[in-house]
Amino acid sequence: MQRLETDVLVIGGGSTGTGVARDAAMRGFRTVLVEKRDLTHGTTGRYHGLLHSGGRYVVKDPESAKECIAENRILRRIMPHSIEDTGGLFVITPWDDPAYGDQFRAACAACGVPCEEMPVAAALHLEPRLNPKIQRAFALPDGAADSFLATHANAESARAYGAEIRIYHEVTALLLRDGVVWGARIRDLVRDEEIEVEAAVIVNAAGAWAGRIARLAGCEVNVIPAKGVMVAMNHRLVNTVLNRCKLPADGDILVPIRTVCVIGTTDHKVPDPERYGIEPWEVTLLLEEGEKLVPGLAGARVLRAWAGVRPLYSEQATSDTRDVSRTYALLDHESRDAMRGFVTITGGKWTTYRQMAEVTLDAICRKLGVERPCRTHLEALPEPQEGKYYTLGAPLADIESAHHTAELLCECELVTQDRVERAVDAGAVTLDDVRRDVRLGMGPCQGGFCTYRAAGLLQERRKPDVRETNLALLDFLQERWKGLQAILWGAQLHQARLDELIYLGIMNADHLETGGRKSPLTDFYFQEDSGPPESQRAPAGRDPA
Amino acid sequence: MTDVELSLDACIKCNICVSYCPPAKVTDLFPGPKYAGPQAQRFRSPRGPSPDASVDYCSGCRVCNLVCPAGVRIAELNAKARARMYRDRGGVPLRNRLLGRSELLGRLAHPVAPLANYLLHNPISRWLADAWLGIDRRAPLPRFSLHTFPGPVRSKWSPASNPRRRVVYFHGCATRYYEPWIGRAAVAVLERNGMEVVIPPQNCCSLPMLSNGEFDAARRYYDGNLRTLAPLAEAGCEIVGTSTSCTLTLKEEAPDLLEADSDAGRLVAASTSDICEYLVRLHEAGALDTAFRPLELSVLYHAPCQLNAHRVGHPAADLMRLIPGLTVIESEHPCCGIAGTYGLKKEKYAIGMAVGQPLFDRVQQSGARLSVCDSETCRWQIVHGTGLPSVHPIEILAWSYGLGEPLAIRKG
Repeated sequence: MQRLETDVLVIGGGSTGTGVARDAAMRGFRTVLVEKRDLTHGTTGRYHGLLHSGGRYVVKDPESAKECIAENRILRRIMPHSIEDTGGLFVITPWDDPAYGDQFRAACAACGVPCEEMPVAAALHLEPRLNPKIQRAFALPDGAADSFLATHANAESARAYGAEIRIYHEVTALLLRDGVVWGARIRDLVRDEEIEVEAAVIVNAAGAWAGRIARLAGCEVNVIPAKGVMVAMNHRLVNTVLNRCKLPADGDILVPIRTVCVIGTTDHKVPDPERYGIEPWEVTLLLEEGEKLVPGLAGARVLRAWAGVRPLYSEQATSDTRDVSRTYALLDHESRDAMRGFVTITGGKWTTYRQMAEVTLDAICRKLGVERPCRTHLEALPEPQEGKYYTLGAPLADIESAHHTAELLCECELVTQDRVERAVDAGAVTLDDVRRDVRLGMGPCQGGFCTYRAAGLLQERRKPDVRETNLALLDFLQERWKGLQAILWGAQLHQARLDELIYLGIMNADHLETGGRKSPLTDFYFQEDSGPPESQRAPAGRDPA
Repeated sequence: MTDVELSLDACIKCNICVSYCPPAKVTDLFPGPKYAGPQAQRFRSPRGPSPDASVDYCSGCRVCNLVCPAGVRIAELNAKARARMYRDRGGVPLRNRLLGRSELLGRLAHPVAPLANYLLHNPISRWLADAWLGIDRRAPLPRFSLHTFPGPVRSKWSPASNPRRRVVYFHGCATRYYEPWIGRAAVAVLERNGMEVVIPPQNCCSLPMLSNGEFDAARRYYDGNLRTLAPLAEAGCEIVGTSTSCTLTLKEEAPDLLEADSDAGRLVAASTSDICEYLVRLHEAGALDTAFRPLELSVLYHAPCQLNAHRVGHPAADLMRLIPGLTVIESEHPCCGIAGTYGLKKEKYAIGMAVGQPLFDRVQQSGARLSVCDSETCRWQIVHGTGLPSVHPIEILAWSYGLGEPLAIRKG
């Protein structure tokens, strides 16, 4: 068995984990990060892409609002390449309480969140598709962020400072001795090997899975997995983040991100972060709410629906997840559970990931009795080599100037063959990993065409047993279809039917030889739905079609 | 959001448009309708500079729209992207401005038509136009006519006459300045069928400007036409035209591309027909004079892309088949390659000719003495590509009514 020794072992390759790994490495600690899938495979890669100004929380959760605006400023400085400065509008629609506006403005001032009221006419000029019936509009510094890029940039920076980032490495056990967590046993899922890592400190940054990891050390951490459903529209209907100016509720944010806009989100407790589905009523609700922000939205083509699971942290069990603060929590299991060498950082939001890493490392420094100040807010992150953040026109302009149209592998997202080759050569394991790197298959046809081309490329570059490539192809298409099941009407139903005909009729892909194996590297396909409580189900007959 | 932009939602990437696109078949410079249309449209932002370059190689023939099973307005997406591209790159080039202004050119040149024709058509001028402006020296440019249509202004319209027997004739620039005999044939055929023909003052329909990316100028011309045509449409007159691109522009291109949704525009659009479409309707209503004299000849009929975009079938062929003795062979090719002013441009001339080649071959192999086509620029291109004369279907009808032989035959 391979053995490793390190100062800090980080469990979890989302924004928090990579942020912690970067901070640790920058402070001179030997650092290893393990992630059981690909970076951002969990919550980070499934969020709506909103860089919070804090406006959403000023009234109900001022602590979180203050964290957001502080980090918003820092992130804009250290990762301009992962953020689009769309700006945000908080608007009072006819469905919202007009009195909330003044309360909102006062709360923004109290939290130090810049908020400028603009005339309704100016807001409509800025966003012509905004509901003309809005009564007030406030401009706040919201933005759109690419969590894939940002996480990669953090990992890249951590590596540059000597950290080791290991994806497809699953923690199977924490190694305990006399009230000390001294290491972890880890399974390399690709090579099917066991590794033992000895670490001075283990950071549990497993997000919605943090409770499970803590349990491996016998600690009880009450992480509430709260499912949030999001729906991407095929159009970038707006160019500014739109928020309803009211207390946070379902379906009150519309985020323009690259070629699409995402209406989000819902908030429902699920029993298991890996077992959840999307219900038709959730999609209906989001579209109905979106329609209040942008009339006509529900008539545009729906691209995909997906869900992420927030790691909400609460010391006590609670019934309504919206009541749980969006602030983060650092749990020192030494003082809390008499378990040394083990901390959990959980809760929070993507926007506050860096601060979470900072407080984690501050605590670790105190524990280890060293004084090494945080520098993550001072130094800019490296620009990711693959899949640079683009403003909307950039990929098209690149293709146009280079005349690369013949080499488009994913036509919807304008991904050229050489970019996919680079992603494969850089170590993407599954086609879904390629997707996260270059956005392959994320457009309207949801992999209906490009999957076959990408699979061919994978085979050509790697020359594995062909059954492995077949499996990669099947896995990827199943994963894509998962996001279509809840939105099968209109244009996306036509698309799915065409994709199905290609899959079954032209490619005969359901008979591809896979040696009877299932991939250990991707999710199980059709998970049982936990569903919301009966009282929250929509009445019958609210079919979005 | 406009219908044109929203229509991209219907694209399921089935690729039919790509396999039917005439320019994409013959050149790599145009990556195809799916790429330039719905695919690229997702990356075009109202903010930020235009990312486009290759969309300029779309000829605007609308074959993609026609074959699209989902109704994506690909050609319109491309026209808008082209206009945006020019706007962002410092304006429409002089060449395109000239080509877009057939009316202005006609107005300036017709009083001195012989001189203008000499200046335009001698090898030195053509070489200069090629080198300086980028109008290919081989391209089929029209000749100005000595007489314009309708000549001395004639309008028999009186408010008292029966609007049901009254039809407004939209002649377009080509008939006015280059081919007045087509206007005369059209009026003769309409009058033969008992119609009172009103010829109001009119502008260029604005299509040349729309396809050359000058939307602001196009809007002025279009609005000018609405001012004269809308009151007539309001009075119950139908509007017919012999230039199939003009009628298409009034019907849908100008309102859609200019996002000009007005009562006047809708009324004019609903009242406008291509002349053959109108005559077929008369025939279906039993009101067409079918006393055609036999014409013992065979003609090759090419339905131009701009007529196909009307989605009314091939009314010219239906009418000509009413003529005893006349054999009508249909070209079954989607585009002659000229696509308005596309094939005149130096960088696109060869593409246009390559697009048209199968049609030229078909014309020559058909054994027909002449070709018939509803669009003026297509006729010029077909003559250029085949050396055979080409006429408007209304000339054939007039001929068969005994209202005069087509000029091209008399000359031939």
